[in-house]
Formats: sequence, structure tokens, C-alpha cells
Amino acid sequence: MNSILVYLSVHDARIKRSSLEALSRAREVGKASGIVVEAAILHSAAAEMASVAHAHGASKVFCMANPIFDSHLNAPLIAGLSKVIKMSSPRAVVMASTEGVKDVLGALAIRTDAAVLPDVASFDVTSNGVTCERPVMAAKLLASTTSTHPLVFISVRSGSYEVSEGDTVGTVEEVAFDFDEATLGATLREIVQTTGDTVDLSEANVVVAAGRGVRDESGKALVDELASITGAAIGASRAVVETGLFPATAQIGQTGKVVSPELYFAVGISGAIQHVAGMNNSRVIVAINKDADAPIFDVATYGLVGDCFKILPVLNAELRKIIS
Amino acid sequence: MKFCVCIKQVPDVQASVQTGRMVLNAYDASAVEEALVVNEGTDDVVDLVLIGPSSATETIRKALAMGASNATHIVVETLDGLDSHSIAHILADHFESHEYDAILTGKQSQDSDSGLAGSMLAELLGIPFATNAVGLKAEGEDLVVTRQGDSGQEIVALKTPCLVTCSNDMNNPRIPSLKGIMGAKRKQIPSKEAASVSALTDVSKSFSPPGREAGVKWEGEAEELVSQLVSKLQNEAGVL
Repeated sequence: MNSILVYLSVHDARIKRSSLEALSRAREVGKASGIVVEAAILHSAAAEMASVAHAHGASKVFCMANPIFDSHLNAPLIAGLSKVIKMSSPRAVVMASTEGVKDVLGALAIRTDAAVLPDVASFDVTSNGVTCERPVMAAKLLASTTSTHPLVFISVRSGSYEVSEGDTVGTVEEVAFDFDEATLGATLREIVQTTGDTVDLSEANVVVAAGRGVRDESGKALVDELASITGAAIGASRAVVETGLFPATAQIGQTGKVVSPELYFAVGISGAIQHVAGMNNSRVIVAINKDADAPIFDVATYGLVGDCFKILPVLNAELRKIIS
Repeated sequence: MKFCVCIKQVPDVQASVQTGRMVLNAYDASAVEEALVVNEGTDDVVDLVLIGPSSATETIRKALAMGASNATHIVVETLDGLDSHSIAHILADHFESHEYDAILTGKQSQDSDSGLAGSMLAELLGIPFATNAVGLKAEGEDLVVTRQGDSGQEIVALKTPCLVTCSNDMNNPRIPSLKGIMGAKRKQIPSKEAASVSALTDVSKSFSPPGREAGVKWEGEAEELVSQLVSKLQNEAGVL
């Protein structure tokens, strides 16, 4: 059997944690079935990140160094990945299910004649095909899905696997990127960063998420304070994003981001199924809600029934003492 | 701009109990709404295409009632056994004989959450595309798309013809007016058979996930609650 190729997404010149999770799993699968694991990095500083890919299990790292990859634009990324896929000739291509990957996955599959298992919670590559389990119906069900197509893409939900290191000795292959910009068809005009995006939400170790219970600016200030004390990224439910109190980039759930931190604070969030679908891989969930029957308490490790406007000031003061 | 929106009928996944009620995919409803808004005050059409069983006609009428111009129904007995790959090929076949400035789809369907058919279709048609759009604006020959990326919003100008997949964060789809509903009832919806395309993936079974177990829940005064929580976070969970 040929290789498993892992595409590693980069943010701020570092390989994303979710990509290292996918690579760690690919290494285990490769070891169990005797398949070589290779990796691809497309970024102007690709070569500097190759050693991280080796440490997590890639025997060969394809480095495509070009500044065009440093901001997301789908056409060049599809062209670049197609070229690396031809060179590696893999049985399966594994990637983290980031927004960037979601943007290119379908078109890349058509271009390289691949089947796709998108947004999976687990996967395996065996001699009988590629298998996975993926959440469907707003994560109410898991669907066991298989493909026996010669080339299969798998995108993995963040938090599905632990990051682990191996003892791989690896090589680097520099790949030239020759892209005809005339075929681009699209131009990136601008990237609008939302202020306060100091910690990348989908990669954060601690997340403080706000819901409708965080009514107004004074509630938001309490949430911001808790996040700053715990070094957390700030998330939000769809309901509170719609009020304009939090930016759309903060939205967690089926429509928004999937997060899997060590510690998740759900403040004033009722816990609609669409929200839970985006955070139930968190290790420890703390829920604060006035309504003792809120569904968020069904998934919370620790549930505090009460008004967040009363609880947060006390919690913030207590945590500040411990953490500082 | 001449738009065509690809829509899908899906089970009502928002409902806490599955009743078998079928609805217009929420992301597709946002795509229809956005096309109507962009074309407001012009004579340009917003057409629809749906792949699904005959019973999906009611979903087509719902989208027509919002104000769409004309719809094509590509009839398949069931969507079971079809995957994004088959859907994209069937749609590509349709667009061989129907030309538009822009094709819109929902960013994913609420039942299977794959999010692939749109960008697969764009690649089959060889046109530029953007996914997960939260804003859309016509600018001469271009369609300017604001999309939600990993760390911020990306503004991309696409040359038409192009394809955009839409998020439900884009707008709040209108409730059809009585006039719209009556008009939609009278419209002819031409139907045709789907081209036969095999799927590349196969769902063998679906089951309820193990799910998290609920932990502990405390009620009481804020000070009491916080001290219980902090003690558990330090001593049991080990996260502080």
C-alpha cells in the first residue's frame, strides 16, 4: 500500500495543534498497517517547520515555500496540494478540519479524483478501505462511513485525537510552486481581523464562552475578565452573536467553530444541540446558568445553577488569587 | 446578476423530537435570501434547482414563495445512497445547459453536514468559488464575497461566472408573504430525471453517540458555588 499524506495547516508560522492531532493519529495508523506517513507544509517558512512534522511521525516532509500560501486563498492552495498529492501518490490524505481545509476539500477531491470523508471524529486505514465515524443530524447521530476508492481524503475534527510524538527519522523534499496567477479567477482584497482575537479559538487550551445570559456590555466585561485571568480565548453562542455583543468569529457550534479545550466555561449558555455539537469534545466543562433545567447541565462536568452576574465577580476574584 | 440557488430538503434537525417533518435547509434559505437582496430593484432572475423525491416539491414552493423566479426539480426516488460527489455531478449536468452569473448553495446541509457539494460543483464547472460566505455584493462583473475564515473574515472578489456557498450568519431569511405563497402555488415546476452517478462513499450504519455523562450540579449562594468549583478544578480535574 502507498503512503498516508498529512496536510499540515499553519497559523502564525506554526503548525496548528489540530493538524498535529491528525498527524499523530496517522502515525498510529501507519504503524499498525505498515504504511509510510508523509506530510505537506505549504507556507513561506515551510522548511523551518519540517522538524516538528518529523517529530510527530512524518518520514518525508514536502515543503512548498511560497508567500502566496501565507494568507488563505483557495485556488493556489488547491493547485499546490494537487501537485504534492501527485508526488506522494498516497492511499489517503489526512487533514485537520479547519475553515481553510473546508474551503478546498471538495474542489481538491474532484481535481485529484478522490473520495472524501469530511469532518470525522475517528478514522482508520485498512486493507479493506478507509473507514470513519462522523457526526450527522446536528451531532445527534454518528454515521459509520467507508470508502474503497483508490484515493480518500479525511478531514478530522479538532480534539478527536491527542497530540503525541514518535521517533521518526525524516527527510525534506522542497517542491517548487509554479502557479499561473492569470488562472486565479479571484483576488483576496482584505483580511478583517476581529479585535481581541489574541488567542486562536479553535486551538485554545481554555475557552470562556458567552450565551444569551450575558445580556449586555457589563456581562461581557465579566466574561472578558475571566478570559484574561485564565488566558482563555473567548467564544459565544449563536444567540449572543446575533445580538451583536460578540463577533461572528467567536461563534461555537454546528455553524461556527469546533473547539476542544482542556477547560470550557459556558456562561449563560442554554446548551442547544447546535452549540453542544461544537464543544462536547472539551475535557472539563463548567456551566453557569440560572435555569437548573438548561440542557447545558447534561454535558457539564461541573454545573453552577445561578446568575452569572453574581457568580462571575466572585469566581474572577478567586481565580485571580490562585493564578497570580 | 443572474443567480441560481441549489436548494435541498432536509429533516428538521432543530426539533428536539424527530417527527419526520421536512424543511428547506437553513443555509440554503440564507442563500436564496441573499440572492434576492443583491438583485433587489433589478429584473435579474433568481432561479432554483433541487435534487430530491417528488415530495420535495413543497420545499421548492417555499423558496419560490420567498420571491425566486423559476425552479427545476431533478427527481430522484431517494437521496439515500447518494453522496456529495454524486450530487455535484448531477448538478454539473444541469448547469451544462443552464448559464448563470453566479450559483449559490448553502455551505452544508443540516442533515449530513458534509459541506462538499458546492465546491465540487465549482471545480466540475471550472469556475472560481468561495465557501462559508457571510456577505455578498455585486460589483460590476465581480461578486465580492466576505467569508468567515479561521482567524478573521476574508474579503474575496470573484470573477463571474462563479459559485458561493452561504452561511446562515449572512441574513435572516424572509417569511414568505401571502402574495408570494399564492404566486408560488401557480408556478409550473419542470422536472427531469437525474443522471445516474455512483457514490464514492458508503454509510453502513448510524447510531447514537455514547455522549457525555452529566457531572455534578450545585445550587446555592455565589461564594459557596465558586468555592466548590475551584476546589474541584484544582483537586479533581487538575486544570488550574
